[in-house]
Amino acid sequence: MQIYLPIAEISLDVFLLLAMGGGIGFLSGLFGVGGGFLMTPLLIFIGVTPAVAVASEANQVVAASVSGVFAHMRRGNVDFKMGAVLLAGGLTGSSFGVWLYSLFRAMGQLDLVISLSYVAFLGIIGSLMLAESLRAVLRRRTPGAPRRKLHQHTWMHGLPFKMRFRKSKLYISALLPFSIGFFVGILSAIMGVGGGFIIVPAMIYILGMPTITVVGTSLFQITFVTANVTFLQAVNNQTVDVVLALILLLGGVVGAQFGGLFAGRLPGDYLRLLLGGFVLFVGGVIMFNLVVTPDDIYSIGRVAGR
Amino acid sequence: MRRAIRLFLFMLAVALPALALPGGARAQELVADSSRHLVAITTGFVGTEVLLFGATEGRGDVIIVVRGPTRTEVTRRKGRHGGIWINEAEVRFTNVPSYYWLASSKPIDKLLRAEALDRHGIGVEHLAFATSKKIGERDLAGFREGLLRNKVKDGLFTTKPRDIAFLGDRLFRTTIYFPANVPTGPYTVQVFLVRDGRVAGAQTVPLNIAKVGIGADVYHFAHTSSALYGIFAIVIALAAGLLAGVIFRKV
Repeated sequence: MQIYLPIAEISLDVFLLLAMGGGIGFLSGLFGVGGGFLMTPLLIFIGVTPAVAVASEANQVVAASVSGVFAHMRRGNVDFKMGAVLLAGGLTGSSFGVWLYSLFRAMGQLDLVISLSYVAFLGIIGSLMLAESLRAVLRRRTPGAPRRKLHQHTWMHGLPFKMRFRKSKLYISALLPFSIGFFVGILSAIMGVGGGFIIVPAMIYILGMPTITVVGTSLFQITFVTANVTFLQAVNNQTVDVVLALILLLGGVVGAQFGGLFAGRLPGDYLRLLLGGFVLFVGGVIMFNLVVTPDDIYSIGRVAGR
Repeated sequence: MRRAIRLFLFMLAVALPALALPGGARAQELVADSSRHLVAITTGFVGTEVLLFGATEGRGDVIIVVRGPTRTEVTRRKGRHGGIWINEAEVRFTNVPSYYWLASSKPIDKLLRAEALDRHGIGVEHLAFATSKKIGERDLAGFREGLLRNKVKDGLFTTKPRDIAFLGDRLFRTTIYFPANVPTGPYTVQVFLVRDGRVAGAQTVPLNIAKVGIGADVYHFAHTSSALYGIFAIVIALAAGLLAGVIFRKV
């Protein structure tokens, strides 16, 4: 059944969109990843313009992350002070990111910037996932491997504006979470992702936050940052397709529940290996499209802004 | 089927007075109309056809040109830089019809001379686009061809004229196709009667293509009250996310 998407201005099959939402939702339930970094490229593959895909996906991530925030809040796993500093950076970064996005769009280089960002990040994340899961698989086979030290002092602990984050039991410079939030905010605006895949490892390895507060706090920041991106994209570029976001969301929430059910039952390391491979594959396809000689070196577009 | 019969009767009603009038009288030489004057793009829109029909007084050939609202189109050319393909140059063409469709009862270059085709804008090669930049003639031709090729690929330009079916010598009909990605706005349907190498009569049939229903409201909302739309999009997402959370917690 075809549905005409009012902002994307194309007709797409509802069941295809629901299946995509469900499939990516399943993966997010299974692995605890947001899925935006896979959904945006898929939308572009099926013919949605990158501009609309990025902006609408940010809108969907708002919905996907908000229920998680409340679940973690009830369990007391959100460090609001840390969240606020991350968020201050995130709002600044995402506003700057939307400005960059409009600039690249006017220059006619938006598609290229989005593609390059995806190639870089899917490549990095895919490789890290593969490496990490391979290590885990190997470690399981060779018990007694050395564990890494939990807390190390580095140059980062010498930075000014030190703040005490009681919930996370940290005394670190506020500049660190602010910069992480800022960087992820830019990615959120340009790539239409929540950025959990960057912010969660950054909180664990750079800030040294305890794992228990990481997920809830990152979801807290992601909800507000993607809401900011949605608002600014709607105002500056009119590229947020609510209908598209809602259909993806519908598939997404159902898929995520099933993913959550399976999460404990399947061999996690091997699944991560698969996911890493899939992420690398998607990145590879985007790279291939950039490198291969296009069917037509001429393309047309409407004048930016309208 | 009943619709077809009704249409045919209507065509007869249109055509009969023309047939009844004696030749040489000041009759309208050409009458034409379409089955619809409004094409509504609804949520289920996947493209549509519009029947165009009419009658001519005496012998002659018919050319039909359908044009969408004009706009500025940016054409970009990619070049290979450091192994990847990057947009390296662009030309803005103004005065480009967003949609262009052509039908003719004979090949157009057999009916009219190039100057007449240019004057009436019949055939995509005879459309005059204005460009924003001073660029070399050969380069410009490349961009122009690139623009036309992309428009044809999107199904928005017709380069090869479609057929017009004649019933007898005077009644004619043809079907215009609008794809799902058809641009909205006021369209013009020009019907030309060609006789002895010149345009003997012309008529314009109005046609409007508009989004209607929820889709139209969403589009309008997003473009006229962008800030409010942004807030609306966030509220919907928050509500949907929370609702989903509540439902699945109970299951």
